[in-house]
Amino acid sequence: MQQRTLSHLQALEAESIHIIREVMAEFAKPVMLYSIGKDSSVMVRLAQKAFYPSRIPFPLLHIDTTYKFKEMITFRDEFVKSIGADLIVHTNTEAIEAGANPFDLGTQRCCGLLKTKALLDALAAGGYDAAFGGARRDEEKSRAKERIYSFRDKFGQWDPKNQRPELWNVYNCKIEKGETIRVFPLSNWTETDVWNYIQLENIPIVPLYYAKEREMVVRHGQLIPLEHGMRLTEGEQPRMVMSRMRSLGCTYCTGAIRSEAANLTQIVTELNEFKRSERENRIIDHDTEGSMEMKKREGYF
Amino acid sequence: MSNQVIEEPKELLRFSTAGSVDDGKSTLIGRLLLETNSVYEDQLASVAKSGINRSTGPIDLSLLTDGLRAEREQGITIDVAYRYFQTPRRKFIIADTPGHEQYTRNMATGASTADLAIVLIDARKGVLPQSKRHAFIASLLGIPHVAVAINKMDLVDFRESVYNRIVTDFRAFAEGLQIPFIEFFPVSALDGDNIVTKSDKTPWYSGPPMLEYLETVPLDAGRNYKDLRFAVQYVVRPNLDFRGFAGQLASGILKPGDSVMALPSGRTTKVKSLPSFDGPLNEAFPPMSITVELEDEVDISRGDMLVDPRRMPHVSRRLEAHVVWMQEAPLKTGTPYLLKHTTQTVTASVSELRHKVDINTMAHVPAEELGLNEIGLVQIEAKRPLFYDIYRENRATGCFILIDPETNATAGAGMITEAAWAGRDRRRSAGLQLEEGVLTPAERYKRNGHYPVTIWLTARKDLAYLLERRLFDRGCQVHVLADDHETNLLPEFASVLNHAGVIAICSIASDDDSERDRAASFIERFVAIDPADLPTDDNSAANKILSRLEQTGFLPSEISFNSGEGI
Repeated sequence: MQQRTLSHLQALEAESIHIIREVMAEFAKPVMLYSIGKDSSVMVRLAQKAFYPSRIPFPLLHIDTTYKFKEMITFRDEFVKSIGADLIVHTNTEAIEAGANPFDLGTQRCCGLLKTKALLDALAAGGYDAAFGGARRDEEKSRAKERIYSFRDKFGQWDPKNQRPELWNVYNCKIEKGETIRVFPLSNWTETDVWNYIQLENIPIVPLYYAKEREMVVRHGQLIPLEHGMRLTEGEQPRMVMSRMRSLGCTYCTGAIRSEAANLTQIVTELNEFKRSERENRIIDHDTEGSMEMKKREGYF
Repeated sequence: MSNQVIEEPKELLRFSTAGSVDDGKSTLIGRLLLETNSVYEDQLASVAKSGINRSTGPIDLSLLTDGLRAEREQGITIDVAYRYFQTPRRKFIIADTPGHEQYTRNMATGASTADLAIVLIDARKGVLPQSKRHAFIASLLGIPHVAVAINKMDLVDFRESVYNRIVTDFRAFAEGLQIPFIEFFPVSALDGDNIVTKSDKTPWYSGPPMLEYLETVPLDAGRNYKDLRFAVQYVVRPNLDFRGFAGQLASGILKPGDSVMALPSGRTTKVKSLPSFDGPLNEAFPPMSITVELEDEVDISRGDMLVDPRRMPHVSRRLEAHVVWMQEAPLKTGTPYLLKHTTQTVTASVSELRHKVDINTMAHVPAEELGLNEIGLVQIEAKRPLFYDIYRENRATGCFILIDPETNATAGAGMITEAAWAGRDRRRSAGLQLEEGVLTPAERYKRNGHYPVTIWLTARKDLAYLLERRLFDRGCQVHVLADDHETNLLPEFASVLNHAGVIAICSIASDDDSERDRAASFIERFVAIDPADLPTDDNSAANKILSRLEQTGFLPSEISFNSGEGI
């Protein structure tokens, strides 16, 4: 008799698909946050599988801070078109027009306006009662405690001390008008799982994840890509560095890593050798001790 | 599929850990993470930077898992945290839960998805009430494997006698629980003894180190491949030609060509195909998320269940269950809650609180209500029938949550038990003994097209006979039982009729709550009609009762033998 056990990736896939379908069945208007990164790519693939042979029955929402890499935007438009999904792009244009940028505002305030506020506005404008996000619990300590269905009050805020217990695969979808649920179908995936799945499933990803010579500034030991009129401080010299992105965000807030890994096999191999965590090169997480937790309380994903 | 080198598929093991700060639980997890290279340098640096070190070691491993600011300040773990690590053989998900008494709900949450529980015991202190609580909750939540980590062996000089005493004590206590497999490990999480490699300080210990055990413990305990249970989550309808029923297979095996019965309609059909993004499947097994295409156009929607007609679940509005209460406002009998079970959400209330369980002594205590973190055995009455199994036999179809409709909070978690009425003790006491014959309830159902239900009707004898006629004309098997002859065996007679697949209408001359409650206690499908709710006109009253039977799902509304009057 053949053995009937799922591999860990198949088990994670089954769990995520169950979550995605459950949300679609129980909420009036779900939306899927699409950040263009590798986790989003996996999440979108799972949504395709969940509703096959139908199209993905909810729109993808991209919060565009206008500080994203050009390659990300090109990839986004082609990818979304190729799978026939609906895409909504939302930008806090008011803040941008008022001159919001990370150089003058600092990363915390900039992130608050261009990501958190933009996200809350977009969710309110669309009347979405559930929003999928690609966050994983292994990314950051406060995320390790977040539910798969993360309840947010009328202001989009997370209260870590008052989370609903979540048992088995039975999720509580009950909310009042104005309240929302953030849903994290990849909660139990690790960075390694995501890369192994991308490789196994041949999922397209932004070329920024692959190593090549890129123009960089070295600041406080971090490799910062030269894009979007990045302001150089005195004595700083941009130079070409063989590098790639381990995670993707805004250009100013995403450090690159030195790497030769130019294809998926090399990336997976490199991953096993990493000594440092994935979000280490995400500047916003380290602004203050426990800063991700504070941002989440305010409504950040 | 790419043709590049892909790492070997691993299995997934989910385990929960419970223990208080002093047991060294966080240190044990920190140790497992550290030894499997699951901690990055910057995370270690961040722990060092925090300036906190409650341990005697060079770095406080417990800080790796204490996630939230409040926790770091108070030195306690507030909530369930999930951790991940992997070895070449398996990927592990740890549900790390606090051990304080007031956090029973978190322990239950962490245990709900676990295949295995690690219970920590401080070697110096022996089996404390909290270790017992953890083991009890693991047992209640149906975890098949418990690993008892006897920690801080370094502080008792790795003495075999200490280990042996704790093993004996724990085994004696665990005899009263339902845990199929228990293993014991003498460890020091702080120093790493018997965690990843065998310690040379415990030459008397012949078992494996903990990690090796975690990598090899069999995973198939508690999996059910026999009873097909597929709750429909969502109907996929890309166009008029395709209708797929999407869901996660709770138990059993499903293949194209298999005969399935849809509940509650009772229609049977065959599986046409199992389409998927990656191509059609030859077979599906739990816990796969699949889409099922059926041979016939059957009206099925979310909340319905596909089952094997030879192995039916319980179909009933009533159930008995252990409930862990999880909110401040206490559980009270008669209060309406929303009950979510598989993909159904129905209004339900607790009709009886049989007893509370003292989690320190496991004693049954009479109770009026259940408070936060208390556990009790309750009887629940739902507005619609649920398709369920006993939790011990099928975790996925034996569990449910209760939602408080006032606050939307997840108020309780339930594990369905063997109900009193399912046992035949009470019928036996009336001199009745019904053996399971060769005919199954499903076969009778298929023949009759309706569930055998008992209708309890007071002071409306004419209506009882009218109802009998109306049901008969709809093709139902039905019989009126009137209590004119002063018999006190009416519930037993009704039970026999139901057993034969027949609807029983009990016509009672005058109110007798105790007899009604007795009937309700052992008749699986029982509908008591409140006379005050009925129109005085018999025809309208019969219509009302029939539509109630349809709403509860006991009587299919699409049944084709309509009496012509229409409802």
